[in-house]
Amino acid sequence: MAFAFNEETRKQFDWLLKRYPTKQACLLPGFRLVEAQLGHVSQESMDYLAKELELPPSFVHGVFTFYSHYRREGDGKYVVQVCHTLPCALRGAHQILDCFKEHLKLGVGETDAAKKFTLKKVECLGSCTTAPVVQINDDYFENLTPEKVRDIVLALQNDEKSPHISNGPTLEGGCKGMMPMVDAYPKGR
Amino acid sequence: MIVNDLPTKLLDGAYTKGEWSLENYLKKGGYQAAKKVLAMPRDPAANNIPALIEEVKKSNLRGRGGAGFPAGMKWQFIDYKAKKPRYLAVNCDESEPGTCKDRVVVTYNPHRVLEGILIACHVCGIEDAYIYIRGEFVVEFEHLVGAVAEAYAAGYFGSNAMGSGVRIDVTPHRGAGAYICGEETGLLSSLEGDRGYPKIKPPFPAVEGAWRSPTLINNTQTIALLPGIVNMGADAWAKIGPERNSGPMIYCLSGHIKKPGLFELTMDVTLRELVEQCGGGVLNDLKPKAIIPGGSSMPVLRVDGQPYTNAKGEQVTDNYDIRMDYDTLKNANTLLGSAAVIVMHERTCMVSALYNLIRFYHHESCGQCTPCREGSGWLEKILARIVRGEGKTEDIDGLLSVAGQMSGTTICLLADSAAMPAGAFITKFREEFVHFCKEKKSMVENAIRL
Repeated sequence: MAFAFNEETRKQFDWLLKRYPTKQACLLPGFRLVEAQLGHVSQESMDYLAKELELPPSFVHGVFTFYSHYRREGDGKYVVQVCHTLPCALRGAHQILDCFKEHLKLGVGETDAAKKFTLKKVECLGSCTTAPVVQINDDYFENLTPEKVRDIVLALQNDEKSPHISNGPTLEGGCKGMMPMVDAYPKGR
Repeated sequence: MIVNDLPTKLLDGAYTKGEWSLENYLKKGGYQAAKKVLAMPRDPAANNIPALIEEVKKSNLRGRGGAGFPAGMKWQFIDYKAKKPRYLAVNCDESEPGTCKDRVVVTYNPHRVLEGILIACHVCGIEDAYIYIRGEFVVEFEHLVGAVAEAYAAGYFGSNAMGSGVRIDVTPHRGAGAYICGEETGLLSSLEGDRGYPKIKPPFPAVEGAWRSPTLINNTQTIALLPGIVNMGADAWAKIGPERNSGPMIYCLSGHIKKPGLFELTMDVTLRELVEQCGGGVLNDLKPKAIIPGGSSMPVLRVDGQPYTNAKGEQVTDNYDIRMDYDTLKNANTLLGSAAVIVMHERTCMVSALYNLIRFYHHESCGQCTPCREGSGWLEKILARIVRGEGKTEDIDGLLSVAGQMSGTTICLLADSAAMPAGAFITKFREEFVHFCKEKKSMVENAIRL
């Protein structure tokens, strides 16, 4: 399936090109735009970005696979990332991981048949004072306990808004983790 | 001595009340420092404001990213004569295990960071600033973008920043999950749209950085401290805290502690005060055993009062009452780093703890340099073998030998960051490693799972 930016992402992409001195610098933000439009970064979209940014497709693929945070083709609807680096491990990350394994009936690195959940073990999520921490899609869940894990999984299985999200106060009409809001920036140059 | 009644703070009321909008920031005297600085004309010959660079030097502001390098000196190194554009890259890719201060500054005080950017840009003659924020921080990124939008709407950025006639633009830039992008040249590679491979220095970024132009790279917290310095004056600011270790510091307290959290204090505080008074003591009232004072890359301190044999063959003990500033910790053969204090109590097996850390470094090694890519892998494999109960006593010196061959042999400091904790853990808790190899089980009774 061929990929192309839709009107909205195209507008943001064109704006991005003006913010950096080279086209190549728009590669990482470009992946984010693809993610926002498609839900993940596909092979076709990488080829598309390569063409747009005048880069070799192999280079684009190499850069993409260097980073671990982009959503890959085949990831579930909810990507559960359990931190297991020392500060979280000291406060029981293993127990939290076991709870997710049990409730989701998944092993580490696995996605269920319905493509709903992917369970991943990740390195430090940068919220060590509120360990143990898990990130599910864009949301952080901090100070986790087995009871909270059960509540979270139950809500997500029914596609309801999850409890225990510990993100700080959010902006009204925020940018959905996607891109700076185009209209908010006047023409700087 | 705990001093938290500071004249200038990053984690002020906004931290607890969520009042981080522009309106609230202005009520608290926000953007006054930037206004003052942007009203000063730049030196046409040097294209900078030397008086203000001197001021930052006088304030003794040391970079909060981990190295503790004097910020004013870094500014002085910028190649102002180069006929190229200059760039500012603000490092908010915080991924050092234990560290979570930039995240909070950006979430709860984003305008303070932006005001700092205005100051740094104008003083150093920079027109384009980028804030490199790690990809996992989605909400934090939204806050930042929201604040940037507010600041643009108010005319603080753009082709006529704050009506000064100079152009200053800022663009938040999201990373995508790579620890190495927190290293300054790795960050620049990533900003340029490449894999986050660190580059060989020299040339230093101040001479040839992003897009081969002079680039200033500062930590988010360092940048956010600038408005305070301008408002208070460098002399008064330099008097906060001990000599040469000026200004407020955000300590991140994590691990086995009753009340983990962030504490913004002067650097007069001692390790014991941080743990017992700020953090409310060790979890479950157990005894503390080991504390990493500055993020996982820094050598661990042994605080159970037991002596160990150091590299020179002397019997020494670590001081639990050590003052938590850059110089004191350096003299104790460890480093303040990013002031991330990770506490481990008596039921922590040090072999497993080191295995956990080394696994992190192996995972995050970018793979450019062989000593780091292979060395961290070897360390991980040997430690995994010991933890599985298949270790031999020779393995311990094997670990030290591999760690010794990693230090100083690579482009960036990631290899050292893995070798330093490995060396310190093994030197200070050697008996635990020996026991694990001989008895095939941890020396710690009832050890927690890691």
